[in-house]
Amino acid sequence: MSTNYKTPAAAARGLGSAKAGTNHHIRQRVSAIALVFLVPWFLYAVIAASRAGFDGATDFLSQPWNAILMILTLGAAFFHMRLGMQVIVEDYIAKAGMKQGLLILNTFVCVGLFAATALSVLKIWISAGV
Amino acid sequence: MVQLTLPKNSKVGKGKEWPKHEGAKNTRAFKIYRYSPEEGGNPRWDTYHVDMDRCGPMVLDVLIWIKNNIDPTLAFRRSCREGVCGSCSMNIGGQNTIACTKGWDEVASKTITIAPLPHQPVVKDLIPDLTNFYAQHAYVQPFLKTDTPEPEKEWRQSEEQRSELNGLYECILCACCTTSCPSYWWNGDKYLGPAALLQAYRWLIDSRDEATGERLDDLEDPFKLYRCHTIMNCAQVCPKGLNPAKAIAKIKHMMVERVA
Repeated sequence: MSTNYKTPAAAARGLGSAKAGTNHHIRQRVSAIALVFLVPWFLYAVIAASRAGFDGATDFLSQPWNAILMILTLGAAFFHMRLGMQVIVEDYIAKAGMKQGLLILNTFVCVGLFAATALSVLKIWISAGV
Repeated sequence: MVQLTLPKNSKVGKGKEWPKHEGAKNTRAFKIYRYSPEEGGNPRWDTYHVDMDRCGPMVLDVLIWIKNNIDPTLAFRRSCREGVCGSCSMNIGGQNTIACTKGWDEVASKTITIAPLPHQPVVKDLIPDLTNFYAQHAYVQPFLKTDTPEPEKEWRQSEEQRSELNGLYECILCACCTTSCPSYWWNGDKYLGPAALLQAYRWLIDSRDEATGERLDDLEDPFKLYRCHTIMNCAQVCPKGLNPAKAIAKIKHMMVERVA
């Protein structure tokens, strides 16, 4: 068994303060505030679209305000998801390499999902020829 | 991954059931965590039957009674026996608290389980190794820091400024809050924990202190401060009725205030 001769003070100080984290905190709160307004609208939109069938749903997203609100909802949701998933990975994955790999993957997945879903909304809006 | 199960050598086995005292009519069972590094082997749960008619009202009285009357090898810390020193902190009936102010009649279950503070190395029986906890407390530099030459008489403070320290200065550093925090369980090597952060806020809000900016610099870190996810176990278990989560939220508020 190896003995750890590091002093308790050295262990507590670790690598020092990263002087970061406040921006993450602010972004998470601000995106949460945005979602408080956007999610109820999103639920209304999903229920309305599911009742109106395929054509009704595409008609709904062809309206500029609906398309804008949908893209804003997707942006806020995936942004908030990226920040939240980052915290979960940092909480539970201690191994440095694996942690950083998952954090990169998290960013790629969230950005990719936003790009794919936002493009779908734009495609409907553009193909409506407004 | 975080370690969600106990390591092999920490798994708690079944221990000894100590015989009831002769003539005891009103007994209650206490299941107590036992571990001795000298004896080796895994920790175990020993059961003691305590004569409640001959024992004082607090859980600490029970432990002292067991030590005096049944098993003198039982090890635990205690000192003031009145909720001031924070020595006898342990996990009683599944909740961290101090044994001296916890009445045994407050625990609903028939058998009362007593274990050391969770997720800390165990020195012996109910004695945890709190070295890291104390080093993290030292990290926040819990003392007055000033550049202005010391006044002849004293650093003055108004009544209102002094009242800002209420709910903070009372902390007895028993570690009940810090060791009840899941975030501290997973990242205790980097996250300072509720007790150290409550003390950090106690000095951040002190009107006499001149190192507020440096203190905030030392805390601004995704792990040291921002691992608090307002789980609130800290406020729930604090035997002094303090709210470390609120103090941490106020530190975060100060962080936001200086950037936006």
